[in-house]
Amino acid sequence: LRVSLFITCYNDTLFPATGQAVVRLLERLGHTVEFPLDQTCCGQMHYNTGYQREAAPLMRRFVEIFRDAEAVCIPSSSCVAMIRDHYPLMAAEQSDPGLARAVDELLPRIYELTELLVHRFGVEDVGAAFPHRVTYHASCHSLRSLHLGDLPLRLLRNVRGIDLVDLPNVDRCCGFGGTFAIKMGDVSAAMLAEKMQDVESTRAKYVTAVDNSCLMHIFGGLHRRRTGIRTAHIAEILASTAEEPLEVPA
Amino acid sequence: MTIRVADAAHSPSFQKAAIPLLQDTQLRANVRHATDVIQRKRAAVVGETPDWQELRSAASAIKAHTLRYLDDYLLQFEQACTAAGGHVHWAADADDANRIIAGLIRQYGGNEIIKIKTMTSDETRLNDALEHESIRAHETDLAELIIQLGHDKPSHIVVPALHKNRNQVREIFREQMHLPELGNKPEDLTAAARHYLREKFLSVKIGLCGANFLVADTGSVCIVESEGNGRMCLTLPDVLISIAGIEKIIPAFQDLEVFLQLLPRSATGERMNPYNSLWAGVHPGDGPKHFHVVLLDNGRTSVLADREARQTLHCIRCAACLNTCPVYRQTGGHAYGSSYAGPIGAIVTPQLLGMESAQSLPYASSLCGACYEVCPVKINIPEVLIHLRGRVVREQKPALDPEALAMKTAAAIFTSRRRFEAAQRMGRLGQWPLVSHGWMKNLPGMLGNWTRVRDLRALPLQTFREWWKQRHHSERKAGNA
Repeated sequence: LRVSLFITCYNDTLFPATGQAVVRLLERLGHTVEFPLDQTCCGQMHYNTGYQREAAPLMRRFVEIFRDAEAVCIPSSSCVAMIRDHYPLMAAEQSDPGLARAVDELLPRIYELTELLVHRFGVEDVGAAFPHRVTYHASCHSLRSLHLGDLPLRLLRNVRGIDLVDLPNVDRCCGFGGTFAIKMGDVSAAMLAEKMQDVESTRAKYVTAVDNSCLMHIFGGLHRRRTGIRTAHIAEILASTAEEPLEVPA
Repeated sequence: MTIRVADAAHSPSFQKAAIPLLQDTQLRANVRHATDVIQRKRAAVVGETPDWQELRSAASAIKAHTLRYLDDYLLQFEQACTAAGGHVHWAADADDANRIIAGLIRQYGGNEIIKIKTMTSDETRLNDALEHESIRAHETDLAELIIQLGHDKPSHIVVPALHKNRNQVREIFREQMHLPELGNKPEDLTAAARHYLREKFLSVKIGLCGANFLVADTGSVCIVESEGNGRMCLTLPDVLISIAGIEKIIPAFQDLEVFLQLLPRSATGERMNPYNSLWAGVHPGDGPKHFHVVLLDNGRTSVLADREARQTLHCIRCAACLNTCPVYRQTGGHAYGSSYAGPIGAIVTPQLLGMESAQSLPYASSLCGACYEVCPVKINIPEVLIHLRGRVVREQKPALDPEALAMKTAAAIFTSRRRFEAAQRMGRLGQWPLVSHGWMKNLPGMLGNWTRVRDLRALPLQTFREWWKQRHHSERKAGNA
């Protein structure tokens, strides 16, 4: 399959290793990856902060760039949620029937990474190896908007050598919430403190998730507390093999 | 018209009000403990209800239908209630409601009332208004009594004193009821309250209650409660006054079948409330001789006018969204500065106030969606929060607001590949004064809120797209060779 990668603006800028892992993983599974260079941002930050007018052109841009894709892979559940939950209404409000139709036609071809692997490809064992103790953080959008259920866990359980431990209170928000982390900094910090306690209780070496946004927040706190616990996007664990293990930056 | 929602119009912003609460470890422990207990009970009784999702959908449909024909149903209620011997009063705002109620109390020659817990009367600040008229209001719900005697404010819609533990309650009772020997066992505390309240139940001639539901076709009022204080207040006095928001109406008696399954399970984790009272008008020789209902608007019709947000009026005040909310869990209810705390408070309060006040509340959420998942009437609270954030930005923000300028600049960057790539390069170059050993630990301005408790890794040397372009460049070169 020819997979169009929407890497998302923050992964592009802050987490290139995640994008590289997605490319490696999909190519290893025999698919072709393309990356339309005109892509930027889905508009989630603007939309969720109240700047819906500013988000509308970004929606239009996304649709124009990806409307002919066979399948769009997005390694971020919150961006997928933005597209699935909000684009139809946003398009309807533009009073542009062509755009609304294009959104409707595109939505079935939008996949979060683990959805693409399990639902579209029917793969649960991607041939990965990752000999570490790992705990999985279920991001809110993955749980309550995409309803991923145990998809990510099914993929992780098939990773060679992994010691997968349950995270207590796995359905509780970590406190990132986009601009919430800045606007409501103290409350966000209190939520993070509770999440870090749960993470530390697992004695895991890595926290993984389908969203780097939560992980940036969680790792930022863990690093400040010098816990030595690291984070890795699920793509990086699934791309990791015995021959080519995950490269950990210093 | 002056719309008031307790003191919400003058309360500090959520982020400001949260600071001292986050430092109150006792309060936070109390909130976590109480909400954990209620959530566990709720999960058990919801789990045993096989048609829970169908019930939610039914409730949502009934409420949507009712709101569409709200004027008709309100008039139908007025007619049925009047026919049964009750009196219906219409209050445009909080002051109106308080004036009507004070007038009724005077008319019947009273100077004190016994009250069942009603958040609507907290919204209108009824007790303060009555005090100005030298009328004493006695709260008879245990939690409301704790709040009243402790000169405190409710922090939860269903369990208003949830932020207090029993030792703190004992201190309040000991002082206010003059009981120096009072123990701290639940039996001790309830016995003290019972003794204190019994005298009021037996002597005060006017009762005041809210309403869980107003039934249009029968003109009935429904109250559910756990302590029996409600039953006392509804049956013993000569005069009974009910204050209710206009959204409390449901079309038919039969609809209670849906709501009386959803409400107790969602609110207190019970299959059924211990006391369920339903009455219409007055009955000779049984219960109060005079019955009045005050129907309160206080901003509700303007909520109804907003297509995206009118689902807010579906709320049956079960507080399941408070108990599950990870933000409420950290701060408790006082941070919301209103009678209505938690996710539902964050959408109710600013809307009732016309979006001119309480503008921080729509932002008091990480949009995690836990509230929507538990809501028995399917209010999509995250959607409404986002919609209200849009209204704050579009209707209330000054043109030169720094956040608005930053957001507009970011949008301009994202609409052009060239500008986006230039911004990525500039970010990488511009960050160096702030980076030490690959990390940023002290960012300026608003971003300082991030680095106060979290480190931020420096922007990597290569963006993903740069890696991609480089890879394809070398592949092409290899292909040409």
